[in-house]
Amino acid sequence: MLRRVSKTVSLVAAAVLALSACTPADPSGGNRTIKVAYQKTDSFTALDTMFQDAKKEFEAANQGVTIELQPIQANDDDYGTKLALALRSPSTAPDVFYEDTFKVRSDVDAGYLLNLDSRLAGWGDWAKFDDAAKEAGTADDGGTYAVPLGTDTRAIWYNKKVFEAAGVELPWRPSSWQDILETARKIKAASPDVIPFNMYAGKGTGEGTVMQGFYELLYGTGSSLYDQDSKKWVVGSAGFKDSLAFLHTLYQEKLAVPPAEALDPNVWKKVFGEWFPKAKLGATVEGSYAPSFWQDGGSYAWPGYGQEMGVAPFPTQKGAAPGAVSMSGGWTLAVGADTKQPDLAFNFVTTALNAENSLAFTVASSQIAVRTDVAADPGYQSANPFVKDVSGLVAVTHFRPATSDYPRISAAVQEATEAVITGNRTPEEAAAAYDAAVAGIVGGDKTIRK
Amino acid sequence: MPANHPGRQALRYLPVLPAVVLLAVFLAGPVLWAFHASLTNAGLTGRHARNPEWVGLENYQRLLQDPAFPLSLALTVLFVAGSAILGQNVLGLALAVLMRRARPAVSATVGTAVVAAWVLPEIVAAFAAYAFFSRDGTLNQLLGAAGLAEGDWLYAVPMVAVILANVWRGTAFSMLVYRAALNGVPAELTEAAQMDGASAWQRLAFITLPVIRGSIATNLMLVTLQTLAVFTLIWVMTAGGPANGSTTLPVLAYQEAFKFGDIGYGTAVATVLILIGGLFGAAYLRLLREQKP
Repeated sequence: MLRRVSKTVSLVAAAVLALSACTPADPSGGNRTIKVAYQKTDSFTALDTMFQDAKKEFEAANQGVTIELQPIQANDDDYGTKLALALRSPSTAPDVFYEDTFKVRSDVDAGYLLNLDSRLAGWGDWAKFDDAAKEAGTADDGGTYAVPLGTDTRAIWYNKKVFEAAGVELPWRPSSWQDILETARKIKAASPDVIPFNMYAGKGTGEGTVMQGFYELLYGTGSSLYDQDSKKWVVGSAGFKDSLAFLHTLYQEKLAVPPAEALDPNVWKKVFGEWFPKAKLGATVEGSYAPSFWQDGGSYAWPGYGQEMGVAPFPTQKGAAPGAVSMSGGWTLAVGADTKQPDLAFNFVTTALNAENSLAFTVASSQIAVRTDVAADPGYQSANPFVKDVSGLVAVTHFRPATSDYPRISAAVQEATEAVITGNRTPEEAAAAYDAAVAGIVGGDKTIRK
Repeated sequence: MPANHPGRQALRYLPVLPAVVLLAVFLAGPVLWAFHASLTNAGLTGRHARNPEWVGLENYQRLLQDPAFPLSLALTVLFVAGSAILGQNVLGLALAVLMRRARPAVSATVGTAVVAAWVLPEIVAAFAAYAFFSRDGTLNQLLGAAGLAEGDWLYAVPMVAVILANVWRGTAFSMLVYRAALNGVPAELTEAAQMDGASAWQRLAFITLPVIRGSIATNLMLVTLQTLAVFTLIWVMTAGGPANGSTTLPVLAYQEAFKFGDIGYGTAVATVLILIGGLFGAAYLRLLREQKP
């Protein structure tokens, strides 16, 4: 009997011990670990370098803290999927992670990200971040959940040789949509075998269609995709129809590529690799990263690009203020909502993104600086001949309303452009079909007529 | 101990147990998981990522109302019928029959050419097919050289292009199956028919085909199931476009689950795909069973 009691007691004791071992350690003492997840590929090691440096710096300043780096070898899409799967469970979620601006809102909806408002308020450097770039880390509730790491912008890239042949004055700076069309017509008249002005359209080029094309038009009309104040999707706007009508004109007058070619998912490779270097294309709307393809070691190395290419901001519809429009994406650092040490995790973010680390990363990865002090640095400004032009566009840039409904809305916009350039629908019909599609996706009560 | 002792009876199934466990874990598990997910609103991100809600048959109701669904169902059937049942199967049989009569050198050359397409990894074959059909591709260059009109094949007739590409890629399998089957047809049977005055067509229709009926059914089942699941080829060549003109069910499921992050809806599409595969499988199994007396 006694033996049985002692056995029970020892069992209970063992269980208590085992359980107490499971409770979290006192956060003020002992070893603390911050897990950091980010992307790394053979051609993209700049981020890895930045985190290695930040790890050394942070561990030296915070005794007893270990920064556990978890680089994920994957392309953008696979990284996004892997990260989303890790974030689904608190037991696998990292404390700090590299997050696409485009995923911020829907991941906040999912409850993956920690609100950083109170912590950012106490961080002196936060004032040095560009206001437009800060918008990228903002969610529907107005709170900031992620710190921008770098961004990109979109502009018109044009071939000076083609423009000179058509007698266009350089440097070219169109002040309205009309200007673009007139210049394109001039080029067509001067060199009939050249594609005057390319703008992506249709589902083939996917997100490129809207980021390097449709949104530059739409946001230049004063309209928008999403009404931030009422948190509703805009339907029935004149701007939407006008934007489709512009594409319609461009493709109808054969100032752009034939629709069949525009719908080819690989058309951008021809733009960078073939048409521009061979002076077969007048201009295209593309990202600030364009030089990275032509630079030494890029996919389409072209030593003459610095002299032969020019860059111009995309104008607003009729030249209304601010005169130009651009779109931005880019990446951020975020803190996991389930982190055990939110303060430490946030402090690590501030170390990783201090002026010195930001500068090194921005230059190494051809990003556009989001810190004003980095943007002013001579080392950053001399990274390639177009840095200054494309960086200036941050002041007029827009970010996508990347809610969890956004991917479907984007697909509906792409479909509208496809219907217009192939002549299947008039701009009015395509806009009406888009309105119906949006109401179907988000529900009629989440749309607003503007 | 009597032979029909229950313990002993159970013991006889022991060797298959590991296989059953593996099948349950790696085959039935994911199928059941997919079916379960299709009854929820699970997402990759957004409000329902961590705490999906049970929505019953909502995804299936939505699917029935989705204008993309009847189109992609029809395209899937067209793709399977055109590229697997008609294309790979019939062409594979024809090649196998003709190669038996051809000179060994011709037979070996044709066989190598056909098998080469089959050996290529799907992604490589997909890019090769894209390079062939695209605007500046080999096909247009050949047509141009011959003075014929060039076309935007992937844009104008996307389904024809992907069906031909899949026939090119997959015919070798059917050809190999039928070559083996034809070798198993007793020579005396066809010789006897020949003596009785049967033509080559009659011998094929009334002797050879009935004898290899089992192989035909097995081959049909395998190529159908393989073709139902084809994704990479279509994705690389047309990405399901233009205007959803080549969006088969696997492409639709991928778009919904990973492009739009709607796992619940995407798995509902995948479940329908599994059901169609099951239907085809059951039909072929019947065909196989009927041949036995």
